[in-house]
Amino acid sequence: MNGIFQNELVIVTFTIIIYWLAQKLQVKTGILLLNPILITIIIIISFLMVFNIDYEVYHKGSKYIDFFLKPAVVALGVPLYKQLEVIKKQALSIVISQLIGCVTGIVSVVLIAWLMGASKEIIFSLAPKSVTTPIAIEISRSIGGIAPLTASVVIVVGIFGAVFGYSILKLTGVKNPLSQSLSMGNAAHAIGTSKSMEISPAYGAMSSIGLIVNGIFTAILAPYVLKLMGIWIEF
Amino acid sequence: MIRQVAIIFGCLAVGELIVHFTSVSLPSSIIGMLLLTLLLKIGWIKLAWVKGISDFLVGTLPFYFVPAGVAVILYFDLIASSLLAIVVAAFGSTIIVLIVTGWVHQHLRNINRSSRSKANIN
Repeated sequence: MNGIFQNELVIVTFTIIIYWLAQKLQVKTGILLLNPILITIIIIISFLMVFNIDYEVYHKGSKYIDFFLKPAVVALGVPLYKQLEVIKKQALSIVISQLIGCVTGIVSVVLIAWLMGASKEIIFSLAPKSVTTPIAIEISRSIGGIAPLTASVVIVVGIFGAVFGYSILKLTGVKNPLSQSLSMGNAAHAIGTSKSMEISPAYGAMSSIGLIVNGIFTAILAPYVLKLMGIWIEF
Repeated sequence: MIRQVAIIFGCLAVGELIVHFTSVSLPSSIIGMLLLTLLLKIGWIKLAWVKGISDFLVGTLPFYFVPAGVAVILYFDLIASSLLAIVVAAFGSTIIVLIVTGWVHQHLRNINRSSRSKANIN
């Protein structure tokens, strides 16, 4: 197994097929918990463990997939451009609520993790956890977190938000549907957005604004918020 | 087609250069994304020039972070040692963010609306 798995193309193809099957599984069952990325990651990790394959071996092929992450994030500029008009119309309420949501997200996760005795590396990996995975990975790498930990936490948090988000919002008195979907995009990023998309395209569009605006704000603010918090807290 | 690739990678390359030559602590890809949005907005780039490649990249985006997720295998021991802190912080903070963002946005819209209706009465 180790022999054939040395080939980069085999690794890339293997990953694509697993992902494709996982995607089909979710479309067929419609269960949010069966998130295709999560399933693919679990299957590949189990596969590597069962056949005793080093991560380094898998990485020889998977780095070619990872390479496309940056250009794909750049391509998010197109959906952002398409939403510009909507953002402009409600600029003040979107910008202020996203800004507060972004800072709340970073400060709360850092404080809780710090109070519970997590190490600096772990705290920094958690800081961008409300942001969509590709952006969170990039932020984590640039502030010195552990990007793989960030990626896993982001995906799990997104599923949690998608499953419970709307109920939590209704229970706490957030009744405006636009506020609900914006908040879903802010806290549960792409997975929360796909949940909003299921309800209606207008909800989905609002969530995607939350997702992208929070991504930009967190990328810009996270290093400074962490620096400021470092004055009072010793990580 | 090659123009599409050139635009996306061009924006990314500019982002990389900015990160390299300044002390900006922003990921290069985010700078590239903002640059692409700006160029589309001011009309230097037409949407049709990047539509094909961006539809493809955005549509397949989740797939590209599978490798970063699999790499978590390297940190199992570290994560296990603070699993409780990670879980409580991540879920707790998500609930807080959901409520705060939704509440602030709802509140701002209500203020907006009531000031608007007051203006109508006047």
